Amino acid sequence: MGHDIVLSDIKRDYVHRLAAEGRREDGRGFLEFRNVEVRPGIIGKAEGSAEVLLGSTRVLAGVKMIIGTPYPDTPDKGAMATGVELNPIAAPDFESGPPREKAIELGRVVDRGIRESGLIDMKALCIEPGEKIWMAFIDIDILDFDGNLFDACSLAATAALLDAKVPISQVDETKKDYPLPISEIIPIQTTFAKLGDAIMVDPSLNEEQCMDVRLTVSTDQNGNIRAMQKGGGSGSFSRDEILETCRKARDIQVGLRSLLEGIRA
Amino acid sequence: MMGGTADIELIDKKGKRLDGRKADEMRPVTIEAGVLKRANGSAYLEWGGNKVLAGVFGPREAIPRHSQDATKAIVNFRYNMAPFSVDDRKRPGPDRRSSEIGKVAAEAFANVIVLEQFPRASVDIVVEILEAAAGTRCAAITAASVALADAGIPMKGMVASCAAGKAGGKVVLDLAQKEDNFGEADVPLAMNMTTGEVVLLQMDGDLSPKEFETALDYAMKGCKDIYEIQKKALLTRYQRVIEGEA
Repeated sequence: MGHDIVLSDIKRDYVHRLAAEGRREDGRGFLEFRNVEVRPGIIGKAEGSAEVLLGSTRVLAGVKMIIGTPYPDTPDKGAMATGVELNPIAAPDFESGPPREKAIELGRVVDRGIRESGLIDMKALCIEPGEKIWMAFIDIDILDFDGNLFDACSLAATAALLDAKVPISQVDETKKDYPLPISEIIPIQTTFAKLGDAIMVDPSLNEEQCMDVRLTVSTDQNGNIRAMQKGGGSGSFSRDEILETCRKARDIQVGLRSLLEGIRA
Repeated sequence: MMGGTADIELIDKKGKRLDGRKADEMRPVTIEAGVLKRANGSAYLEWGGNKVLAGVFGPREAIPRHSQDATKAIVNFRYNMAPFSVDDRKRPGPDRRSSEIGKVAAEAFANVIVLEQFPRASVDIVVEILEAAAGTRCAAITAASVALADAGIPMKGMVASCAAGKAGGKVVLDLAQKEDNFGEADVPLAMNMTTGEVVLLQMDGDLSPKEFETALDYAMKGCKDIYEIQKKALLTRYQRVIEGEA
């Protein structure tokens, strides 16, 4: 296999010991995100785009809109697809080639978060029922990997969709491009890592490499839970831990949500 | 090259180009070195409408094993366009065009990197085109060279790259998007700036011998200007280090 990155035992022990003491390597509290920056509209050729910096993690999401034919089972709805590439520019152990398990899980979790929450108004993307629809391709490029790609990618994808315009003028010069129809429900995703008994939000690279298990929770502005994914290892959560983590997710998403305010094509 | 399409005037009567440039004028270029955390060296470049990120990994053990050379390091160059970097979405993944660009670019860098110092190793250059507006291979090579220097890879010289071509019947430096699409010729070139020799040269279109000579001179002059911007980016980078910032 490739250039695997192995965390030294001494570092591993250190991260675990800190966690047991209620502390983190970078001095954050367990419920504290790293510094987050959202930069919408930076790629002129994309219909919508946003770069997200989460600590040193850096991802860029771009939306392209294409006219296609609807799926037979949804003749009056548009379509969407989400792709994530673990670009080898982002980390020494990311390799070129078709996406493997890790990238596929990441892409599918981001995709579900958008699709199942109804963030995009798919009915509004139908041009001619059964004949012509808009298809939204959301591609996410990982540029620098310093932990917690799940939240960085989901935030970038959401911001890029908010920034997106339907390029109707490309097919009908008499019409003006208009903002991508978005529902009022905007889910925000937060990821927690469990190390021993400690549960912390927005794991750093080292914390991710040490974690026993991960839980991603997506919540909307009404406090409802819109998507979840347990992953990142063979560890487990108790019933109380899951409920507690959901409560924390509801509180923490408020800060992230405020970063999306004002983004609209 | 699609060949001269009559309905678009690439050069006006005063000899000015669509974006107002003179024939031997380059689009604005900015480079920032040391922008990524995980890569050993990196650079971000904007050139006209091009936005390019370059990262360098290594020298490190070359994999797969059979790619190793017992006498020197190998150079890998991955050129990739983001799906959203162009007007019509590019299907993700490698294609014949990006493979070819990667190959000729790797050969250009093999000319300058002191490969003998690192037997069995690879120097891996990864370039991502975030937004494309003609001249991406020159932008990619220019950014990669700064990323290599930022990574501390020993080189016999910097590589700078720039294209010249023909548009609207006139030889011009650094083709813009429309000039690339509707112009008559494109000559991307890269130079070893220590020796002044050409380490990458491609050409397509239609040029008289005289026009080719002018294009060559334009592109080589363009490389010299690019080299100054590369040096400035590295100086700024190390100024930051000295001041204890990065």
